[in-house]
Parts: sequence; C-alpha cells; structure tokens
Amino acid sequence: MASVASKLYSDDVSLLVLLLDTNPLFWDTTSTTFSQFLSHVLAFLNAVLGLNQLNQVVVIATGYSSCDYVYDSSLTSNVSSESRGARMPALFGSLLEKLEDFIGRDAELAEGDEHVDRIASSLLSGSLSMALCYIQRVFRSGHLHPQPRILCLQGSPDGPEQYVAVMNSIFSAQRLMVPIDSCYIGTQNSAFLQQASYITGGVHHAPKQLDGLFQFLTTIFATDLHTRGFVQLPKPVGVDFRASCFCHKKTIDMGYVCSVCLSIFCEHHKKCSTCGSVFGQSKLDAANASSSVNDRKRRAPDS
Amino acid sequence: MSDWQVKYKSSLKDRGTEGILKLREGILLFVPNDPTSDSKLKVLTPNIKSQKYTKEGSKKPAWLNLSNKQGDSHIFEFQNYQDMHACRALITKALAKCEEEQPKKPAAVLTSAEQLSIADLELRFKVLRENIELQRLHKEFVETKVLTEDEFWATRKKLLGKDSIRKSKQQVGLKSMMVSGIKPSTDGRTNRVTFNLTSEIIFQIFAEKPAVRQAFINYVPSKMTEKDFWTKYFRAEYLYSTKNTAVAAAEAAEDEELAVFLKPDEILAQEARQKIRRVDPTLDMEADQGDDYTHLMDHGIQRDGTMDVVEPQNGQFRRSLLQDLNRHAAVVLEGRNIGKHLFAPPSILSSYVFHDVDSENTRSVAEALARVKQVSKADGETTKDANQERLARMSRLAEMEDLQAPQNFPLAPLSIKDPRDYFESQQGNVVNEPRGAGTLKRNVHEAYGSLKESILEIRTKGLRDPLIKPEVAFEVLFYPVVFRSLTQTISTAKNIIGKNPRESFLDRLPKSTRDEVLHHWTSIQELLKHFWSSYPITTTYLHTKVGKLKDAMSNSYSQLEAMKESVQSELRHQLSLLVRPMQQALDAAFQHYDADLQRRTAKSARGSAGEANGSV
Repeated sequence: MASVASKLYSDDVSLLVLLLDTNPLFWDTTSTTFSQFLSHVLAFLNAVLGLNQLNQVVVIATGYSSCDYVYDSSLTSNVSSESRGARMPALFGSLLEKLEDFIGRDAELAEGDEHVDRIASSLLSGSLSMALCYIQRVFRSGHLHPQPRILCLQGSPDGPEQYVAVMNSIFSAQRLMVPIDSCYIGTQNSAFLQQASYITGGVHHAPKQLDGLFQFLTTIFATDLHTRGFVQLPKPVGVDFRASCFCHKKTIDMGYVCSVCLSIFCEHHKKCSTCGSVFGQSKLDAANASSSVNDRKRRAPDS
Repeated sequence: MSDWQVKYKSSLKDRGTEGILKLREGILLFVPNDPTSDSKLKVLTPNIKSQKYTKEGSKKPAWLNLSNKQGDSHIFEFQNYQDMHACRALITKALAKCEEEQPKKPAAVLTSAEQLSIADLELRFKVLRENIELQRLHKEFVETKVLTEDEFWATRKKLLGKDSIRKSKQQVGLKSMMVSGIKPSTDGRTNRVTFNLTSEIIFQIFAEKPAVRQAFINYVPSKMTEKDFWTKYFRAEYLYSTKNTAVAAAEAAEDEELAVFLKPDEILAQEARQKIRRVDPTLDMEADQGDDYTHLMDHGIQRDGTMDVVEPQNGQFRRSLLQDLNRHAAVVLEGRNIGKHLFAPPSILSSYVFHDVDSENTRSVAEALARVKQVSKADGETTKDANQERLARMSRLAEMEDLQAPQNFPLAPLSIKDPRDYFESQQGNVVNEPRGAGTLKRNVHEAYGSLKESILEIRTKGLRDPLIKPEVAFEVLFYPVVFRSLTQTISTAKNIIGKNPRESFLDRLPKSTRDEVLHHWTSIQELLKHFWSSYPITTTYLHTKVGKLKDAMSNSYSQLEAMKESVQSELRHQLSLLVRPMQQALDAAFQHYDADLQRRTAKSARGSAGEANGSV
C-alpha cells in the first residue's frame, strides 16, 4: 500500500534546495556583480518551478558567519506587498527582502568576530546541514513527496576547518540518497564540492563563463533525477580527494590514519584524539631497528 | 595402392582416354596408355577445390569429378566403385594435410600492413586528389614518416567508402513459411506427386515435429531407407490434406510407420505438460494451459481455412491450423542455434563430399536436434528437491503477516559516550593567515555594503534583459573539451565573417599567414588525435609512434612561435590569442609525455635497483 501512494507523484517532481553563496569577501573580488548573478539564479528558479506544477524550491543563503532559509516556494505568503520594484517578478519579492535582512544580520555577526582570521570561506557545512534537516522533514511528512536534491552554488574557496562537518553532511546525504549537485563559480578548485558530488552521485560543474550562467544552470542542473538516466551530463575528469588533517586543519594528501575511526593526522601521534585508541609503535620504526641489527650480523661473516 | 586404371574425360560427353591415375606426394598424375595421345594431366593437390562422385547404386559408372581452383573439371571413370572410393579417400586425406600446412604461410606474409587491393589504392588517391587539405596533411605526415598510411586512413574510413568496411556476416534465420506450405509438383499424366526435399526443409521438419525426428532415428537405416521414410511422411501429409479421416484411419491401422506420422505428436504434448508443471504460481505465468496447443481442437479450422465437424473416434487424425501455426512460430522464435553446430563439418571429408540428400547427414541433423532437446530437458527436469524448493518458496511468498509468530531479534546494548569529547577534540589549532585584524574588519564592512547595494539594484531594476547575449550562449553551447575550444576560437572567428559584415580579424592577416594558421590548426588536431589515442603505451610500436609524434608536435610549436614573431606588431596580440589554445593543447600533450616518461624511467630504475639489492 505504501508504494502505491507514492506513485501518485509522477517521476519528475523534484524538490530543489539551493545553497546560495552570499559571502561578501568573494563577491567583492569577482568581475560579475552579485545582481547579475542573482538575475541568472532567479530566472533559473523560475524555470525549475515552471517545469512541473508540483516542483518546490527552497533557497538557503550561505553567509560568512551564518546561514538561513531565505525562500520556500511552498509557503503561500510569498507575494511581496510593497509597491516599489514593480519590475521584479512578484514571486521573488519576499526572497529579496529576506536576503537583505539576512545579509544585515550576517554583517552584524561578522563585526563581532574580529579576532578570527581565516580564509574567506562561506559556511558550507552549516547550510548543508540545514538543507538536510529540511529534506529529512519532508521525508517524514508522509509518502507523498517530491524527490529532493541539493544544488550548491558556491564561489568561495574551501575552508579546511570545516572538513569534518562537510564530510559528515555528505555521508548523511549519501545515506538519505539525496544527490548534491555543485556549480563552482570561483577561481580555484573546490575539493569539497567535487567530493560531495562524486560521493552522492550528483553533477559537478565549474563554468568558466559567468555571463552564460543561466544557460549552464538550465542545461545541466535543472534536470530532475528521473530524467538524468536519459541525459548525458558532464562528467568530471578527476576528483580531488584531498582531505584536511584533524589536528591542524591543513589540507594534506599523505598522512596517518587511525585504523579504528579513520581520522586523519598529518604527523605521528601517540593517541587518536577522536576515539582515544592508543597507537602502537609504527612498523617502519620497528623494521629500521631490527634491520640495522641484521646488517651488523651479516657484515661479520663477510669480513 | 595408389595407381588405378581409369578413363579420363575432360567433359561428360567425352568418350574418355584410358590410362593410369597415380597419386603421389602432393601430385595427381594421369598417364594415358597410349603414349601418342596428349591428355597427360598433372594436378597439384592443393589446387583441388572439390570432388564430386556418382553414387553407388545408380546405373551410372563410377565417376570422380575433380574441380580445381581455376574452374576446370576433370572426370575420371573408374573400373569399379571400390577403386573410386579408395581414390577419393586418399585425395581427401592429402587435401586435409595441405589444409593444415597452408594457414602457416599467409600469416608470415601479412605482418602489420593490410594487403591493399589495387582498387583500394585507387580510391585513396582519388580522395586525396579531391580534398586538397587532406592532401596537404597526407604529404606532411605520411611522407615524412611521422604517421603510417594505415594510421592516417584509420580514422577516415567513411571517406574511403562503406565497402571497405567489412560487413559482418549476418546469420540467416529460419523461414517463416510453414512446412505444410510446401506444395509438391503434380504430374497429371502419370499421377505422380513429386516433393522437393532440401536440407533446409528437413531441418525445419525435424525442429517442428519431434515425433518425426524420433521416428527417423529409430527407423532409418534399420527398418527402411531414407527415401522410403520420406515417402511415407509425405503420404501422411497428403492424407491430412485430403481431410479424409476414414482413409487415414484405415491406412494407419495397416501401416505401423505411417501411423506414427498420423498420430498427434506425443513428444510435443509431453513437453507442454512439463512446462506447465514447472511454472511457479507465485511468479509470472510463463506457461499456461494455452501453451498446450496440441490439444486445442475446439477451433477446428483446418489448414486451408475450412471449418469441419470432427468425428470423435477419428479425431486424432486431424490437425488444426492453429496447432501448426503455433508450433511453427515457436520453432522460428527459438532460432538457429542448433543449426550452427550442425553444419560445421566434423571432418574435412564431409565438406568436400557433394551430396543433395545424404542419409548420413540427415541422420546427424536428427541426432543433433535430439541431443539439444535432451540437454534442455535435463536442465529443466523437476526433481524431487526442486519440487520441495518450489513449495517452500510458494509458502514463503504467500504468507500473511498477522499470522506469523513474533520475531525476537537479538539486541545489542546501548553504549552512549559523552559527545562533548568528540566535539572538543576537533577544535585544534587553526592555521592563521597573517592578516591585520583592522584591515579585515574594514574589508568586511565594505564588502557587505556593496552586497546590499547589489540587492537594492536588482530590486529596482529587475532581472537583466537580455539574460544572456546570443554570442555568449553560442560559446557556452560549444564549451567543453580541448578540441572543441580550438574549434570555438577559429569558428567564432570564421563565423563572424559570415554573420556580420564587420571586418574580422582573420581577414586582416596577410593571406599566407592566414592559410598557415588554418593549416596548423588541422595538422595539430590530427597529431593530437593520434597522440592521445596511443596512450597508454603498451608496445614498442606505440612507443616509437609517440616519439615521432612528439617531434612533429614540437616542430609545429616552434613554427607557431616563429609565425607569431613574423607578424606585424599590431596584429600580434590578436594572433597570439588565436594561437594560444593550440599551444595550450600542445603543452598539455608535452606535459603528459614527460610525466609518462619520468614514471617509466623511475619504474625501470627502481626495478633494476631492486634486482641489484636482491642479488646481493
């Protein structure tokens, strides 16, 4: 009986959770302005909503020091009451209002933390967790729900201190079978986003021309999960699997791994800080010690 | 004894010259008795294509007809059949030996290059003559030995025409015409009905009617000859077609073998019953009562479309159209798998023997079909264990949840650790990037300000119009892949010539430079295509090929550099922009080559170092 009910939604109904990067330090440095970017994104959201009457869109803004829900298409109170900005489609009036409020709040929080100097990354882990919570709520609301997926529109570089939290979110998404698509518009490579899309089975793309962002979004990221079986989407050439170490949050590609909890360290430790297991003497040291003894023994008969 | 007294005839009408036929190592020699006649014959055994012979039992003399590869045929008339058969056996043995030796030779001749026919070469020249660009590429690469002919044409098969691509032989399927549709030729005068039997038809009959096949195996050649067998079979068919059940019953009573053909097919019925028994009612219904088409008498439409009332005692002597159709369709759908194994000759002997209906071959057909059916029957047999398993599965699937016993799963006790340990241990030292706190604060403040301005802007102005410019959209469309970006730069330049009357950059270049640029573009594409396709390097041939390609590519690179310098200063920047993707592609290829080379030398160094250590 359960499976019959969920079939009442056709295969191509989707719930798109968009994680919008509103990190001001990033938008300061790009050639495309935030307003141009927003117009592409809003047109894309319109397109997604237009694909199917039952499609839903949720927008979460990823700020510098906080994240928040900015738009939910299933709420009815979306039409803005204000008269100014009559050119803006009424559907997104409330989105922009809430975005403005969010940025104001984020600015206040950023002023508070002046002692924290870090790479200008946005709080990807926070917004991923919020997205997953929303999706989990949708799953629990009953059998009749659209197929959720997450689209991450990111330009800021990765913050290695968020490695553990981001990986945890990725694995929860994998468990929930929610693909994370990622569109990276920054200059360097984003290892987190590549890994996220690779592990959860989503699409990763880094368009070089931000002028045509709308075209990239609609041709690659607007397809729902059922249609992806018939459409050939861009495949990554290789995935950057570098991790950050758990002790210093540096990005490393060779290190030590605890065999009990799989935490990664950049240097040799006596005890794992995550699970508390004590490490034995490394085999390498033991081998070195014994081989030097053997060499001495071997040389004796020669001489 | 390999000498026989024969008469040699060059054709059937020839009277024949008497002489001696000798078979020696690889040579068949005929020496006429009369030394003056000039019909001496020497035939090399490898040249013999096939042998034909007349059958024993026919009134004809013992003739052996040898045809060689050039198409001539030589007929030898032997004194008796024994001689002829002996000679035939020896010839086939010699031929078999030749066959073994022969395949070794051609392998040595055709090494790497395909043997091109004259027609192929002509075609290639023609294509080169017509396409000047291709000719240039050909001259540049093949004549300087960078690429071989075959590699050059390997990717251009379409140009050479579809005939050069060998078509894969299609396997001929079964005819959909039914066996019962075979109409005999009737001779009104002598009241004879002649059926033409080919091996195709025999195969089909055996496939459709397993009872006939079984009867063949049983009766021929022990009880009757094959000819008699088929005569009886066709008599039965004839009786069916006359719809005269009374006569059929009478004849069946008289002739036991005929009765076999007139009865309904027991083997088929048994197979259908087995299929029904094997069906798992919980899974899909693969077979059901309707599959037992041998018993579908209720439709009663005869083969020629008329309806008829059937008398119960003679009911078994009729077959309805439905039964025949269903059986035929089932066989056609099964396909030709049986035929594939049958007609591969078990020995060279049978392939050189000419026959139309040879009893031994028909028998092998029948036996092979019987064997196949046996195998499939054994696989699907319902043994006692299989039955038990089916019953168990049925009960499992049909179970009702509420009537089940409560299940007590083994439980593991909870062990809740303090989560604070985990979170606190994660906050290690964070690497700080040296940046003044003050400047950061100011930057942040400014940044937020500009962000808020942007949002205000979009609220007042609305969405961008147009959202995307058409040129940008066009570029995005051709966005991915290295080759495409090359195409994109050149083709946008080219397109602008066509689409807008604006003067394009390519026009402003002197003609020679423009041609050079375009030529470089095609040649670099060609080189890169061959370069990337030869990785990973597994053979020394590929290794040398890659080396040659790399030299040609570095040549191209330096030529591009020279071209950039030679052009006037005002155009230099544009030209370098145009040329840049090509150089980037070449750079990527060089990088890959170097990295690969490094890896290989490291591996071989390690390998040799390891050997040295081991030996010590």
